[in-house]
This record gives sequence, C-alpha cells and structure tokens, in this order.
Amino acid sequence: MISIRGLTKRFGATTVLDGIDLDIAAGERVAIIGPSGTGKSTLLRCLNYLDRPEAGVIRIGDLTVDAATAKPAQILALRRRTSFVFQNYSLFANKTAHQNITEALITVQRKPRAEADARADAILREIGLADKAGAYPAALSGGQQQRIGIGRAMALDAALMLLDEPTSALDPEWVGEVLDLMRRVAERRQTMLIVTHEMQFAREIADRVIFMEGGRIVEQGPPSQIFDAPQDKRTESFLRRVR
Amino acid sequence: MRALDIDYMLGLVPVILGYVPLTIGMALAAMVCALLLACLLAVERVARIPVLDQFVQLFISFFRGTPLLVQLFLFYYGLPQILPVLAGINGVTAAIIGLTLHFSAYMAESIRAAILGVDRSQWEASQAVGMTQGQLMRRIILPQAARVAAPTLVNYFIDMIKSTSLAFTLGVTEMMGATQKEAAGSFLYFEAFLVVAMLYWAIVEVLSYLQRRLEGRLNKALAR
Ligand SMILES: Nc1ncnc2c1ncn2[C@@H]1O[C@H](COP(=O)(O)OP(=O)(O)OP(=O)(O)O)[C@@H](O)[C@H]1O
Ligand SMILES: [Mg+2]
Repeated sequence: MISIRGLTKRFGATTVLDGIDLDIAAGERVAIIGPSGTGKSTLLRCLNYLDRPEAGVIRIGDLTVDAATAKPAQILALRRRTSFVFQNYSLFANKTAHQNITEALITVQRKPRAEADARADAILREIGLADKAGAYPAALSGGQQQRIGIGRAMALDAALMLLDEPTSALDPEWVGEVLDLMRRVAERRQTMLIVTHEMQFAREIADRVIFMEGGRIVEQGPPSQIFDAPQDKRTESFLRRVR
Repeated sequence: MRALDIDYMLGLVPVILGYVPLTIGMALAAMVCALLLACLLAVERVARIPVLDQFVQLFISFFRGTPLLVQLFLFYYGLPQILPVLAGINGVTAAIIGLTLHFSAYMAESIRAAILGVDRSQWEASQAVGMTQGQLMRRIILPQAARVAAPTLVNYFIDMIKSTSLAFTLGVTEMMGATQKEAAGSFLYFEAFLVVAMLYWAIVEVLSYLQRRLEGRLNKALAR
C-alpha cells in the first residue's frame, strides 16, 4: 500500500505540485495523463526525491518519508523501494546491457554476483535482448535501450515502478516493442505509476487513470470512465485535443 | 667549433640508462599518489563541502600558482627547519611528495571538469536505483570522467617524468644528477646533456605512442 499526502513542489515562485493526495494499492497500475508542463514528471521525480518536495508525506509499506524531516537515509530507503524508467533511457553509459541490470543488484541490494548474473540473464531473455548482453548502450537502438531501461527497473523488484513517458523519446518504429514489454510487466501486476501520452495503451493496461492539470489531480477513475465519460470539462477538452 | 666526441657519448648512454628506473620509479610513485589525491580533491570540488572547500581551493591555487622548483626547495630545505619531524627526509621521498602535491593540483582541475562533463542523466539514474553518493561516484561517474580525462592525465605523466629532473637539485642522483656528475668529470657538457636530452625524448616518445594506442581503445569503447 502506497499513500501520498499533500505532496507539494515549487520551482522558485511557481507551484508545480499543489498538494497531491494519492493512494495506490499493491498490484495496481495507475496511468497519469495531462497537458505538458502540468507537473506529471515532477510528481514521479518527487516520489523518489530526484526532486525534493517542499512538503508532503510519502508512505510505502512501513516506510514513511516526510519532506519536512526527510534524512538522507530515508531518501535512500525510499529510492530502494521504487524503480524508475526514464524518458531518455538513462542507461549507465560505462556498463554493458548485462551490467546495467546487475549493477544495482550487486552494489545496492548486495546480492551475490552469481545470483545477479542469473537474474540479468533471465531478464535479458525476457526482454528479447539476450544477444546484446555484452553491448554498451551507445551501440543499441533507442528501443533496445529503453527495453534495457525497463529490464533494469524490473530486476529491482521494487514496491512501486515509476515510468515517465517511456516511449515518447523513441522513433516511431521502436514504440511498439517497448509498449509490448510494458504490457507484459503490467500483466504481472507490478505496482506501477506511469506517465504516458499513449491513450490507447493507458486504456488497455491501467486499473485507474489520473488526469492532472496545473499541479493538481483533476479527475481520476477507471479508464472507461475517464476516456468515455469524463466528468470534468478540462479532462474532456484535453482528450478532445489529443485524439 | 669542435667535433662531437661520439665515443664518449656512446659510452655515456648505458651509464645514464642505469638511472632510468629511478626516474621512472619516482614519476610512477608520484603519479599514483597524485591521481588518488587529485580524485579526492576533484570530488570535494564538485561536492563543495563547506570550509573544506576553501582549503582545497587554496591548496590548488597555491600549487598551481608557484613554480615546482620553489615548492621542492620549500619542502626539502625549508620545512624541516620549522617542522623537525621532517629533518632527515631523503631527496627521493621529498621529490615524490613535491611532485605529488604539485601535479595533483593540476590533475584535480582536469578531473573536476571531466566529472562535471558527465551527463546529468547518469547521476539521476544512479540515484534512482538507490546508490549512495560514494557508490555513484566510484561506480558510474568517475569511470566515465576518467575516460574523458585520460589523455590529459597521460600528458601530466609525461610532464611529470621530465619534472623528475628537478630532483637533482635536492641531491638525488637520477638521470639528470648522474649526467651532471659525469659532465663535471669530463668537461664534455654538451655531449653529456645532449645524451640525457635524447634519453628523455626517447622515453616521452614511447609514452606518446602508448597514449595514442590508449586513446584509440577508449574511443572505440565510447563510440556513439
Ligand atoms: N528544474 C526545474 N526548474 C524550474 N522549473 C522546472 C524544473 N523542472 C520542471 N519545471 C517546471 O515545472 C513545470 C512542470 O514540469 P513537468 O516536467 O513536471 O511537466 P510534465 O507534466 O511532465 O510535462 P511534459 O508532458 O511536457 O513532460 C513546468 O512548468 C516546468 O517548466
Ligand atoms: Mg514530463
């Protein structure tokens, strides 16, 4: 069970997140949609303190992190309960595909090397990149890099997987393979919070869709409600624009 | 103009060559120490730890702002007068320490620039998987910075080898010191210093060749 209360983030004078309250059940897959500059990425980045929120409490299981008092050890603990898939992949440039997956297992989770290697092999097979185990990110296509990015997050077995527009930096030809992989991750009931512009995808995999605007949650509900019968005018006009 | 005494020069080569290990040894020892110190200084400069940062800046500024020869004299002849523990320090040790401090100041700046050149995404990805600041530096940032800084650092090593010749002013009989002694005996100064110059040159050429091969390799690994 994950709960977020009053999450607030300002950049200078502008409030980018305006007291976000959100609960996510274990195994729930939540999609966030909304116009550009609304604070979707900032919300994800505040959930693992890549951006430090000014206020708000985040609870994941028995861990509680309050922005007012958050200490480095708590921030580390929070990051170790979440995984992150970046829009621009952000693979470790000095590590091979295989090492990108084992790196945190060994240095952060302190797993024995053999176990980490076995896990990476299994994940590479699953994401269809077993033949690229020894390749450096620079030698991989965007789609392959993002599949490794997702594989790296899968390996961590985190209580919450955060995904920030995983397909929007991709050339159109690679979008399909990455969506397919995320579908498989979602089917396993990995708890996930995914920001996406792929409305069809959100409708397919999400248990709940959140529409955000101006740093607030405007409306949320099952995909059928948000997409077919939005209650708020802002949701409706956003959906009309993106369709 | 008189003719060069070629026989004397040829005879001198093996004598001076006998001091190459000491010269390279001093440079290697100083290089290893300077690299370690420079990494610490560079990481501090990036992290900007209050108070410590001011000291580090002062350190770097002093060792870049004064001549190596002056630093060596200050360290070998000057410091023992006010710090008795340093009395009796031998010339080789003093030279290694002096070279270490001097070159670490330069290398710290190159490494710092290389660290700052590592893409922000690399820091964020490391933080996101839960690495500590130390793990992130050691595992992800420094290795990438090292590739960028490597050619410059090899240049400093080459510079360091040439700078070991200053150790003769601290009474160390390395390549330059040995040449000086030989020349004082034979009065064939031109021949003697020409020989030692050629030997330094040869060492540097070998290193430059290795440097080019290293760069070729690094470029391959980093090809985008
Ligand atoms: N580091 C920063 N410094 C200042 N302002 C920022 C920073 N990061 C984000 N912002 C601002 O915060 C607001 C929200 O940005 P955010 O990236 O969260 O939007 P988003 O909903 O993810 O948009 P998009 O769909 O374009 O990715 C924007 O107005 C942006 O300009
Ligand atoms: Mg965004």
